[in-house]
Amino acid sequence: MKYLTADFGSTYTKLTAIDARCEEIVGTATAFTTIATNVMDGFHEAMKRLETAIGTFAYDRLLCCSSAAGGLRMVALGLVPELTAKAARTAASSAGAKVIRTFSFEISEAERKAIEAINPDLVLLCGGTDGGNREVIVSNAHKLAETQGDFSIVVAGNKSAADEVDTILSSTNKNFVITENVMPQFNQLNIEPARQEIKKLFIERIVQAKGLSSVQAIAANEIIPTPLAVMNGCELLSKGTRDSEGIGDLMAIDIGGATTDVYSMSHGYPTLSNVQVKGLPEPYAKRSVEGDLGMRYSLRSLVETADIEKVSKEIDFPVNEIQTWVDACHRTPQLLAAEGSREQAIEEALARGAARIATERHCGSWESVYTPFGQVFALTGKDLSEVTHVIGIGGVIANSPHPADILKGAKSEGEGSPHAKPKQPGYLVDKRYIFASMGLLSQENKELALKLLKREIVSL
Amino acid sequence: MSKGTVVIGVIGADVHAVGNKIIDFALREAGYNVINLGVMVSQEEYIQAAIETDADAILVSSLYGHGEIDCQGLREKCNEAGLGDILLVVGGNLVVGKQNFEEVEARFLDMGFNKVSPPGTPIEGIFDYLEEAIAARKK
Ligand code: B12
Repeated sequence: MKYLTADFGSTYTKLTAIDARCEEIVGTATAFTTIATNVMDGFHEAMKRLETAIGTFAYDRLLCCSSAAGGLRMVALGLVPELTAKAARTAASSAGAKVIRTFSFEISEAERKAIEAINPDLVLLCGGTDGGNREVIVSNAHKLAETQGDFSIVVAGNKSAADEVDTILSSTNKNFVITENVMPQFNQLNIEPARQEIKKLFIERIVQAKGLSSVQAIAANEIIPTPLAVMNGCELLSKGTRDSEGIGDLMAIDIGGATTDVYSMSHGYPTLSNVQVKGLPEPYAKRSVEGDLGMRYSLRSLVETADIEKVSKEIDFPVNEIQTWVDACHRTPQLLAAEGSREQAIEEALARGAARIATERHCGSWESVYTPFGQVFALTGKDLSEVTHVIGIGGVIANSPHPADILKGAKSEGEGSPHAKPKQPGYLVDKRYIFASMGLLSQENKELALKLLKREIVSL
Repeated sequence: MSKGTVVIGVIGADVHAVGNKIIDFALREAGYNVINLGVMVSQEEYIQAAIETDADAILVSSLYGHGEIDCQGLREKCNEAGLGDILLVVGGNLVVGKQNFEEVEARFLDMGFNKVSPPGTPIEGIFDYLEEAIAARKK
């Protein structure tokens, strides 16, 4: 059996050719994504390049994922920021969506207009535990009913308000579906039903709306969002299959031009004694996306958050030299730093900053309280301090001659740091960007996908 | 039919966990929908839980003697969060040592609590109060 996987990305269409009989990745190729004209043009171009390199490749099954045309753009609505709004965001992110904004409480007219301006593909409407607050989700349903735009709505809030929300949304021409609450009881996370509905809507409506119907027509699988494919790949590598062991708890970081994605595969249970666990539980397979941390389109906000003075001290480069490079990248996103140049050192320092901040936000945090009988800790979020594998995916990390220097950003700053980041991780890299491909392959052949992942994701 | 939704927890940096478990059990047995936040609970956590679950009352426990400081401003924050008329009840060992309870009670009532239980009051001691106050609030 021969498989071809295709990842229709925002910029590049990436092909991976797999021969199951030889248990080998026989080649990879990329070409520009051509969503504006016909997405198949880019596919054929990449195929041509692939076959130039490896000869004719007659595949039996084509498996596809996509983040083209902005990916799955979502808005999440909840009640309390730390509770149902966070649960909504978690559900959407782990379905592979790009959560553009999360809103809490009753949304204002200005926020309603902001949703209109975002023009999302999907809105996830949550709020209230079952039997809990109903006013807010009902009010927000009214607001969404008035909101212009061709978006679908997944309702996953207080079940006691479901009928009322149903009546409100039925009076509009909006496509919507009502499913189980993301937080049925206080601090109980139930994201799977919402995730499934998001996935279904992606296949039923969004693939078509994004001009991917021609791809779907020749694909053997149902197209899924690329981040979901990556997440499936990460989960497989971590957990393994029924017959083969995985590598255990891991964290993966994908620093792109616009966003930095962090994945963690770990229960994140507390590793210290004297710990009180606080806040909403988080899933074993967690994904977070930082829209303000990226190496091109979000480079300015990255520099702002990372603090240019700090970066300058860290690598002992003048501030204005860093600023010049940042401005150049802002003007010309295609810009690449030359091998061994000073610009490359700047890129690496900025990427390390992105890794540091994105993992701080992804991992849980400790708060320590001194009591007369000693120190006690309160942990919010996942304790990832004993995670032993930190994997860099694609882009700046894979292309850098010093990937470990970038990934070091994920490491804990040691005793006294409030962030539950890995204390002593080993670093690995996905040189050929195969996570998404293996996530797709795992739908058909888990054993093979795991074997290839273990071979390709190499220690540094 | 539940008698109402109550949020419980031990406030501040207080880790006395045993009473909290007993209160949880007793309230459930008595027919309440209980949201238990455990120990080391901040004011914000009580409020967030009460908003999402549309709670009728917050039952604050404080055992280690710093209750007065920990409870200051809770009513004001409830007002800010739109929980204006939620019932606030407090109990445990509210202050350090043996102080005159009437004075302690007056200070907590002044802070906006609806009911203050003297040390040594078991949770059953406020069942009648709770039932009546929740019924009155729902009217
Ligand atoms: C066990 C214990 C500990 C254990 C707690 C273990 C744990 N994780 O639970 C440890 C060793 C950790 C501890 C530490 C401390 N403790 Co201590 N501890 C006790 C002890 C001996 C028993 C507590 C207990 O479990 N009681 C049994 C339960 C069932 O009763 P309860 O907690 O009182 O709860 C009932 C009622 O109070 C009531 N109630 C509680 N909340 C509410 C709320 C409402 C609304 C209502 C109506 C009723 C109600 O209903 C509950 C169920 O029936 C008490 C003394 C005592 N005999 O009470 C001291 C005691 C509470 N501790 C005390 C102190 C000072 C401390 C420390 C500050 C200092 C120290 N000595 O180390 C630290 C504080 C740590 C911290 N940050 O919280 C003092 C408090 C003094 C005060 N308030 O004036 C006490 C009273 C001892 C004393 N006589 O000095 N303690």
